[in-house]
Amino acid sequence: MTFFLQLAVTGMALGMVYALIAIGFVIILKCSNAFNIAQGHFVMIGGYLGYTFLVTFGLPIWATLILAVVTATLMGLLIERLALRPLVGQPELAVIMMTIALATVLEGLATLIWGGEYKTYHGLLPTLTLKVGQISVPPESLIGLLVSLVAVTLLLLLFRYTKIGLAMRATAEDLQVVQSFGIKATTVYAVSWVISSIVGVVGGILLGGVSGVMIPLAEIGLKAFAVVLLGGVNSIGGAIVGGIILGVSENVAAGYLDPLLPGGGLAQIFPFILMLIVLIFKPHGLFGLVRIERI
Amino acid sequence: MGFGSGAFRENYGQDMALLRTRRQWGLLAIFFVFLLACPLFCSDRVLTIMTMIGIAIISVHGLNILTGYCGQISMGHVGFMAVGAYVSAILTAKLGWSFWTALPCAALASGLAGLVFGLPSLKIKGFYLIMATIASHFIIIWLILQLRSITGGADGLAVPKPQLGGLVLNSKASYFYLVMVFACLATLLSLNIIRTRAGRAFVAIRDNDLAAEVMGINLWSYKLQAFFIGCVYAGVAGSLLVHYYGFASVDQFPFMDSVWYLGMLIVGGMGSIPGAILGAVSLRLLDELVTIAGPILSAAVAAQAAASLALISRGLVIILFLIFEPRGLDHRWEMIKAYFKLWPFSHEEGE
Repeated sequence: MTFFLQLAVTGMALGMVYALIAIGFVIILKCSNAFNIAQGHFVMIGGYLGYTFLVTFGLPIWATLILAVVTATLMGLLIERLALRPLVGQPELAVIMMTIALATVLEGLATLIWGGEYKTYHGLLPTLTLKVGQISVPPESLIGLLVSLVAVTLLLLLFRYTKIGLAMRATAEDLQVVQSFGIKATTVYAVSWVISSIVGVVGGILLGGVSGVMIPLAEIGLKAFAVVLLGGVNSIGGAIVGGIILGVSENVAAGYLDPLLPGGGLAQIFPFILMLIVLIFKPHGLFGLVRIERI
Repeated sequence: MGFGSGAFRENYGQDMALLRTRRQWGLLAIFFVFLLACPLFCSDRVLTIMTMIGIAIISVHGLNILTGYCGQISMGHVGFMAVGAYVSAILTAKLGWSFWTALPCAALASGLAGLVFGLPSLKIKGFYLIMATIASHFIIIWLILQLRSITGGADGLAVPKPQLGGLVLNSKASYFYLVMVFACLATLLSLNIIRTRAGRAFVAIRDNDLAAEVMGINLWSYKLQAFFIGCVYAGVAGSLLVHYYGFASVDQFPFMDSVWYLGMLIVGGMGSIPGAILGAVSLRLLDELVTIAGPILSAAVAAQAAASLALISRGLVIILFLIFEPRGLDHRWEMIKAYFKLWPFSHEEGE
């Protein structure tokens, strides 16, 4: 039982990382119907930015967070203006290929600037450790949970009570109607990219403080899509629930089944198997909207 | 694009013909002579590059039929190449079959894998299908690593070189001929597939699958046919790849290569056979440029500059093409041809 609980709790930690990536992804999708494959790379860039500000420049945490938000805002604006806006009205594949190409460029830049090495800045961020009975709760899961919950609460408030939030929801619903009401869709797109880039970068800084940062961190982004699909592509709450479900089930399955398999490594593909199952049997996820298609 | 005066199309056969004028036949003949003569004046390095381009062309033709013509976006193409590669490798290395019987089996196995992993395409499309095909890539690679007793797992598998009669194709030149024959056959086959009933159905599904279904096109059958055909190409390409290296390993089939095959389609032009060839050639040449420029840059800037240049150059090329020429090099080439043909007038006479 302890083994199971420990697996489940470590899985939660992983699940919160998935959820953080998934939230950023869902925001962009909700507003502009663009699938952002580069979301995992935002998290990686965030981790490296944290290293630069905290270790190289030796700044305090509050200054790091402010600078990171500024950098993330600039990055989001630049990406939206230079890469995504020319593609408005282009087919879906063009947008997806664009975000993949962006992910490659970001990875290349990270390799160039930070040398693609494993960087860590343990002890510079406040960490939370909790022990319940014999099970130790890893700090990642608490920090991830905290950041995800704060991010989700802020976002839900934003979507519910502010004008721009309403504009964002409306844009996702029908671009033409929104434009005829005088809402600038380009502003909405820019805001959505900025928000998801901030969520990614801040999450990356906190994660980097706990488990370090390296280039393969971005590849978690691919697995996080299983979360997005499980939770439903346009549900922010679904991203968190999906993240927890995937993280826990992946860890538990790997913990119990890996010794039985010759090559092991089930955790590597478990999200993808889950993804295929969800896609075949429930393509709209647990909380996603079912859209009816007309000719 | 019209032809010069005097090239009449008097019946359906002539209208459908791939080569219509004597000049086209002549150019094709010159091209074949050039290919035959390549090993005479090309160094081994150039031949290797051309062999790799040939394999990429075969693979991209398959992806072009699946994604460019049928609109079913696949990001697991390299996974299907791996299926073909390993089936062919196991049949020749473990069971001692000849390359010529193993290759069709590899193609068939890839096609069947495509059918299985293409099943979700009946319910989902666009981004969801991309995710499903990405998932299939990782599952295939994982399965290959799991079945260690027959695939060699992470250690890989030594593969014998193909033989033709008593001749072992182990020189660069002989393998170059082999790949080029397959590349030309693949091109011819693609050109013919898209002119059949199935090819027209693919285009209808791409343009609007609901409308296509209402018109009486059997989506179930044609989408799976597209997956089968596309993956057969991938299987042939994968098999040729491992026999060229004489070694099969999962490292030869990284996930990002699937993305670059899609990138080749975008650079060349989606849904165009010359586009697929142009895209494969130009992105492969870009890679070669990076391999040459990388060490120089590494020496000048920093050690990691070469790796970063490879990533950034590929990403930037795709970004620039998506923004400035989303219809690809093929479209640009047609525009250039039209410009010279119509000069000094800027527009073609209306239809």
